[in-house]
Amino acid sequence: MTANPHAHEHVLLQMLRIREFENRVQSLFSDGLVKGSTHLANGQEAVAVGMAFALHPGDPVLCTYRGHHHTIARGLPLESAFAEILGRATGCCGGKGGSMHLTDKSLALMGSYAIIGSHIPIAVGAAWASTLTHDGAVTCCIFGDGTTTIGSFHEALNLAAVWRLPIVFICENNLYSEYTAIGDVVPIEHPAADRAGAYGLDRIVIDGNDVEAVKEAVSLARERASAGRGPSLIEALTYRHGGHSRADPGDYRPREEVELWLSRDPISKYADRHEVSTQRLEQLGAEARDEVDRALRKALAAPAPAAEALLSNVWSEESS
Amino acid sequence: MTSTEITYAWAINHAMDEEMARDPRVVLFGQDVGRMGGVFGVTRNLFEKHGPERVRDVSIVEHFVVGGAVGAALGGLRPIAEVQFADFLLVAGDESFHKLPKWRYMHGGAFTIPVVIRAPSGIQGGVGAEHSQSPEGHYWHTPGLKIAVPSTPADAKGLLKSAIRDDDPVIFFETRRLYRVKGLVSDDPELLVPFGQASVRREGTDLTVVAWAGMVPEVLAAAEMLAAEGLSIEVIDPRTLVPFDWETVAASVRKTSRLLIVHEAPLTMGPGAEIASRAADELFVELDAPVRRLAGPDVPIPQNMALEQFCFPQVPEIVAAARELIRW
Repeated sequence: MTANPHAHEHVLLQMLRIREFENRVQSLFSDGLVKGSTHLANGQEAVAVGMAFALHPGDPVLCTYRGHHHTIARGLPLESAFAEILGRATGCCGGKGGSMHLTDKSLALMGSYAIIGSHIPIAVGAAWASTLTHDGAVTCCIFGDGTTTIGSFHEALNLAAVWRLPIVFICENNLYSEYTAIGDVVPIEHPAADRAGAYGLDRIVIDGNDVEAVKEAVSLARERASAGRGPSLIEALTYRHGGHSRADPGDYRPREEVELWLSRDPISKYADRHEVSTQRLEQLGAEARDEVDRALRKALAAPAPAAEALLSNVWSEESS
Repeated sequence: MTSTEITYAWAINHAMDEEMARDPRVVLFGQDVGRMGGVFGVTRNLFEKHGPERVRDVSIVEHFVVGGAVGAALGGLRPIAEVQFADFLLVAGDESFHKLPKWRYMHGGAFTIPVVIRAPSGIQGGVGAEHSQSPEGHYWHTPGLKIAVPSTPADAKGLLKSAIRDDDPVIFFETRRLYRVKGLVSDDPELLVPFGQASVRREGTDLTVVAWAGMVPEVLAAAEMLAAEGLSIEVIDPRTLVPFDWETVAASVRKTSRLLIVHEAPLTMGPGAEIASRAADELFVELDAPVRRLAGPDVPIPQNMALEQFCFPQVPEIVAAARELIRW
């Protein structure tokens, strides 16, 4: 992505770290080491990595319950992410949030959520704050195609456009609204972009499996927002390699469709374009796996929260 | 410092005005709060004084009024958000029951959410089932929210100022019936009414009555009538439900041995049930009579005022219940 020949490898490594992380998380659930649910982003790495390369430090990011890739791309330490998913005291939310709430305020990750669409008004509020605090930040709000049928999406987009707020909306269109094909529940081809015009925004559809296309689109949108020209809505086409959540094999998807999208895998796409050899790609993969395994070992060794942690963090003053 | 006689609505207006002058991070937004000055006129002049950046009109969008307040707080502001009616807060159910109270906890305490939601509530006369409710109990049942229920102009101002300076989310219920009620209010911009400190509105020895918001004037009127019969009623206004000043209630019940709770919200699962239960649990040996609740009936509030008048406890009912408990 820059003139530096090693920069390609850095980009690849970021995507591989996410891929390997997600693979381990799946195993942790399968092995019964973690209870509850998780929503993996295998296949969607390019959206997160491209976004992270385009944003500036301090740009608030609000992402989704399928958010491991966004937070890791933004810099969340793998150990902190694993520890949170494992419910350890050393997790990024002290073990209280779990897989769906990964966050790190020091990285301007301002929280993630488990109710579809509910973070969009929050992101718009954060962008509004930037216009008053003059902190120069551009908020980035990521959501999926299924979110576009929720009222909050439309309500918040409307105000963001009216107020010309510094915010970039990214719709990760992975073609499925949980277990239902998005095409079955919206009357348009592009659930986000085809509605952009309703809010006076440009229709932007990009290849979300092309990390460079994502970076370029988000950079342009960021520049526009920063210059006071208001929000952008980017629809990034991508695909979940797996199902909606950990127990879902995604069998409702046609095999040809899955195969087509596997052939568009963002990691191999990028490696091919930059002529990274298979051997080198494997080496980078092994490097990522090692890092992931080291982080996991540390997280597994960390303690569970003490029982008294249950009652803390409700109030800003613990005596309240 | 001087005091001035102003209305409950104007006291709320002054609290916002003073806090906005004191702290540039305080902002106000909601439907028609700007140029129009609020559907009940509570935000008049603030748009002109503090400017369109800090006093913002929004579209009809309760999800954003509450959710956007959370986001603005994350971005470093101290937002005051107004919904036109407390009933409308339920449109933003996810935002007010999930995001506002939980964003801090579920992210391990990473964030503080200094948000005030101003919610005009209660029966005012003929506006029906969706503009008349007193939903404070819903929010009391949601860990992570502070709740203010002022009954006087002085408390409305002092509690709102405390709410704005509080680092936790506050739902601030304003009783619309009281907006035009006048009272002496301190002009001191540093006079705050702390949360979690009940006010003994009237001292008495025969019965403790706990009431808040719009029921306080009714209970005080009943107490006055009972005094003429020689019955001495202690009236306690908790002023905030979260935190709740249980100590003041308990001390009063230890003195009177009798407890009546009066609220406007429907009886079943209403806030009075929590207070009654705690009294039964902790003050069992102190009590000389059953703990009783007077509350709105378990019906949607009808628009017709001939029927609506039965939807919150009236003075004669309070008088009768008090007599019965004292003579138990």
